[in-house]
Amino acid sequence: MSTTVEQMKPIPVTLGGARGGPDQRTLRRDRWWANPSTTFVFLTAFVVYTTWAVFQNAYYYVGGAAHRDLISPFYSPCLTASCVPGAHGGLVITWWMISPAILTLGGPLSFRFTCYYYRKAYYRSFWQSPPGCGVADGHARYTGETRFPLILQNIHRYTWFIALIFNVILTIDAIMAFRLPGDGGIGVSIGTIVLVLNALLLWVYSLSCHWCRHLCGGNVNRFSEHPIRHRLWKLLSPLNHYHMQFAWVSLTWVALADVYVRLVASGWILDHKLF
Amino acid sequence: MSPDTTAGASPVNQDVSLQVPAQAHLETHPGLSPDGGPSVTLSIWRGDPGGGAFVEYQMPAIEGEVVLDVVHRVQAGPAPDLACRWNCKAGKCGSCSAEINGKPGLMCMTRMDQLPQGVPVVVAPLRTFPVIRDLVTDVSFNYTMARQLPPFAPRPAGPDGIYRMMQIDVERGQEFRKCIECFMCQDVCHVIRDHEENKAFYAGPRMFIRYMELESHPLDTNDRRELIRRRTGLSLCNITKCCTEVCPEGIHITDNAIIPLKERVVDASYDPVAWLGRKILRRTKRSAAEAAADAPAFSSPTREDR
Repeated sequence: MSTTVEQMKPIPVTLGGARGGPDQRTLRRDRWWANPSTTFVFLTAFVVYTTWAVFQNAYYYVGGAAHRDLISPFYSPCLTASCVPGAHGGLVITWWMISPAILTLGGPLSFRFTCYYYRKAYYRSFWQSPPGCGVADGHARYTGETRFPLILQNIHRYTWFIALIFNVILTIDAIMAFRLPGDGGIGVSIGTIVLVLNALLLWVYSLSCHWCRHLCGGNVNRFSEHPIRHRLWKLLSPLNHYHMQFAWVSLTWVALADVYVRLVASGWILDHKLF
Repeated sequence: MSPDTTAGASPVNQDVSLQVPAQAHLETHPGLSPDGGPSVTLSIWRGDPGGGAFVEYQMPAIEGEVVLDVVHRVQAGPAPDLACRWNCKAGKCGSCSAEINGKPGLMCMTRMDQLPQGVPVVVAPLRTFPVIRDLVTDVSFNYTMARQLPPFAPRPAGPDGIYRMMQIDVERGQEFRKCIECFMCQDVCHVIRDHEENKAFYAGPRMFIRYMELESHPLDTNDRRELIRRRTGLSLCNITKCCTEVCPEGIHITDNAIIPLKERVVDASYDPVAWLGRKILRRTKRSAAEAAADAPAFSSPTREDR
């Protein structure tokens, strides 16, 4: 094309005009509010429970006295000097005086907070932007993710790597849960299954991430020249389709795993050995 | 607004000036059984840029009809002046987009028996665009944004003058070519639906799938990432997926176009590791102005231009 950038002139854009339809918040008559309300309740319940569990700072490890090696995913890796004896964690931070779970949860929570699915969930249910499709935005002004702080959502790819580190640690925890100290070496208890499922679900959730899909092949334009990346992309795309489901199941299970370890550690229930 | 209520019109529940007894229509409409069989009621927004209101039309129910069929019967009977855009009646032209019970939908693909029974079906024009009359809106906003899109810029053809692509290279973009330009994704997107002030800076979901199609094209040479970041308002999208929900072609607009575009923009502008990689490998990215050079209307009002 012979025209250069300097020669081109802006073409006036005519926008605006009277909008169609009535000036109402929504014309929807279905229960559009059910989905965001449910999301609101579940996410709030998770936040409330997690906060309580984090600040309780007790009953997060079932050790050799109970012939088990189970640690709550909220407290792993346990890195402070205040961790109960036997809880994993090679590095010991001596100056940290409050709950060690606060150190632990920052990484996984930053991954979930910047996750594309959770963004949809909390933008709709908490921020009302919008609460539903065809339902008016809850705010008069809207700048999206163009400026601070929401522009920081772009660090999602780095939080993914952090989440992978925690996945590895929780996988080691799950493997350690096969140990039944003082009771015959290796076996499987309900707690073992709980922690193995927890690690598995977290891996599936992390690998179905949109950034992971982009990294593995989404940024390639000529798949024919990158057959391995194309194969990875084809493998991850169906997983990515169910990212929302994996997000919910893994979130629920990580809380249930904490509940289970907490009940066993506090003596409310016994962790039955299966075989 | 003054919709012409000619003889035989049956607005049941509207402005006093428009009210005609429902029975008057029931008696005159040839499709209605004399014993007053099952009926459907359409509450259609009638108006023009000066304003408007809903007018209810009670029509005999006919099995298997879609909303557009009933609208056509309203046109043929009580309201011959009702403005409605339509073309193929097969869900392929994208002309008959409207808001049916508050949600964007193609009138020709929305069956009456799938809507709540016993209550009026509310049919309104697309909310995001300026109304021309009744159900017809001015969707030229979308064509304005399309003109700002730098077109396909292929690399040189092979020595034999032929462009060659492998199927696995192009199949990703084929999903995007299913778009019928009904503009319901643009309509439902709250970025411009509820914030008129964003219109000048926001290309919208329909254009994002076109950008993604070109950006991921195996033969394309233009690098539009900086243009997308600075001029198309991609960061205004907060991925609430309403565009995907309403797409009649089932295109995964958010997962397969908007989010991959966002990640490509992060590669180009927000990732320090990618920046370092470009420096080491001496790769450059095109500026927004360079990328936009071939677009029919490359310069649109942006925040930077103010």
